[in-house]
Amino acid sequence: MTAAVDRMSEYLIETRDLAVSFGHVHALRGVNLRLRPGRITALVGDNGAGKSTLVKVLSGVQRPTSGSILLEGREHSFTKPADAHAAGIEVVYQDLAVAPDMSSVENLFLGRYLRKPGLLGRLGVIDRKRMRHEAQAAFDALGMTVQDIDKPVIGLSGGQRQGVAVCRASIWASRLVIFDEPTAALGVVQTEKVVALIRGIRARGIAVLVISHDLPQVLEIADDIVVLRQGRDAAELDPASSSVRELVDYMTGAKEGGRAA
Amino acid sequence: MNETTTLARPGTGRTRSSVKDRLWSPQMLLLGVLVLLCAVFTAADSESFANAMNWRNILLDVSVLTVLAVGATLILAMADFDLSIGSVLVLSGVVSALTMSALGDSAGSLLLGLVVGVLTGAACGAASGIVVARFGVPSIIVTLGMLGVAQGIALLLTNGVDVRNVPRSLVMGLGNGNAFSNIPWLAVIAAVIAIVIGMMLRHTVFGRNTIAIGSSLEALRRSGTSVVAQKIAVFALAGALYGLAGYLSLARFSTTTIAGHGSDMLDAYTAVILGGNSPFGGMGSVLGSVIGVFIPVVLRNGFVIVDVQPFWQQIVVGTILVAAVYLHRARRRG
Repeated sequence: MTAAVDRMSEYLIETRDLAVSFGHVHALRGVNLRLRPGRITALVGDNGAGKSTLVKVLSGVQRPTSGSILLEGREHSFTKPADAHAAGIEVVYQDLAVAPDMSSVENLFLGRYLRKPGLLGRLGVIDRKRMRHEAQAAFDALGMTVQDIDKPVIGLSGGQRQGVAVCRASIWASRLVIFDEPTAALGVVQTEKVVALIRGIRARGIAVLVISHDLPQVLEIADDIVVLRQGRDAAELDPASSSVRELVDYMTGAKEGGRAA
Repeated sequence: MNETTTLARPGTGRTRSSVKDRLWSPQMLLLGVLVLLCAVFTAADSESFANAMNWRNILLDVSVLTVLAVGATLILAMADFDLSIGSVLVLSGVVSALTMSALGDSAGSLLLGLVVGVLTGAACGAASGIVVARFGVPSIIVTLGMLGVAQGIALLLTNGVDVRNVPRSLVMGLGNGNAFSNIPWLAVIAAVIAIVIGMMLRHTVFGRNTIAIGSSLEALRRSGTSVVAQKIAVFALAGALYGLAGYLSLARFSTTTIAGHGSDMLDAYTAVILGGNSPFGGMGSVLGSVIGVFIPVVLRNGFVIVDVQPFWQQIVVGTILVAAVYLHRARRRG
């Protein structure tokens, strides 16, 4: 839950020449991504640029064809989602992030329930008290108030549900939280609240990767921007000195290269 | 951190569901309907309906159906359907009866009969589960196939003739015996099964994952849990329960009653859904299912007593089932 202190590299997560191909289709052609602790990196790109594939690789769903993933300078191989979890990487998805009939508490521990100590735990009995306690602590830490954390999340608004998903990521992530279009389905007010939660995650000193189509939002919240085009990292930009126009130019290929950051 | 986000009205955190909420739960409502139903039949013919002998009969009917309904609750919690309930019960009963009649009447024979019966059910369930979870065929289709396959195998094994030489000690002891006072053994076994599975659904990792599958399979998959293995295990467990029900049915009727389980599926699902379980998955109230089981059983029993053609029971139960699902839909759309 805390950021690693002994780092061999200034980057928490790094990818080198990451490539994924499905037969003749090259989804990724060599992506070099460097994610630093306590910074929000935005990943932008047109449809088909390879954003989803990159998320799949980093979350252990898709095996890369070539290239490597480094955790604090050391190479790791991800073959299944559990590997990414073990590496402290969590993803917040746009939809289907929570189980609607289950409580906020259970959603934070979905599939990773805490067990009672001793024999009962070995029989698979879950420890509701401890989960409640830790869930409340997680909500408090992010400054989020859920009216009744024991009620099914189906009764919450879309923004609140996304908040529950963000809190889950904050509990389990020790290195990186990836937000895959986290606010695409939300209204303006709810979006603001989720953005605040994203900043809350950054404040814990772990790396944050945000994938978004909302370019003004990207310019507002990101510390670094990486443009993905045709399966490559086409440019790295500093949001302070970039504009939406410039982002679009790099995304479409009107501008090339660029290491403004 | 200096940003404070309030995504909801500030609350004190823990607000337990109020007494009013609990009284209006679907389970309580159902209990009320059940009491009303019993009152009507008692008023119509109190001598025949409200006597100890008749209630013992109702309990016996409820017992076997409860074991089936608990299995159906597990499957429905995952938002899946199992149409093969009745024929898996029959096949398990046939395999068990053939085993016991070959071995004669001994404790070992009865025990082995139980084991092969439960295993036959579990094997049918696992087979359905594998096709559903691994190959992605909808459970309603897979179990429709299993309905035919299990029934067919049962008929092949028996040439279509019921196996009648079920060990006498099973029938006299388990089938007709009382555990204490007027409470039959079958009811005690059904109660134990309901309590164990009910606790498992509420308080264990296995149970919560079962419900999570029905609520959002994708969310659970993304947590790194093997939803395929979980689904197969739940189908196998439900099958084992149908197998146990087959064994209990042998004890009760002293024959395999091959043709007598056509309405088991209807009765079981009516019980589960009336019990407040969503037909869309994500819930798992065994308590509700157990209360629900009494509805079709009391209706059938009561109709016979008040001289209404018992066929009406199926018509009424079928109608109630559809109405209950409609109400669930309305509530979900809220």
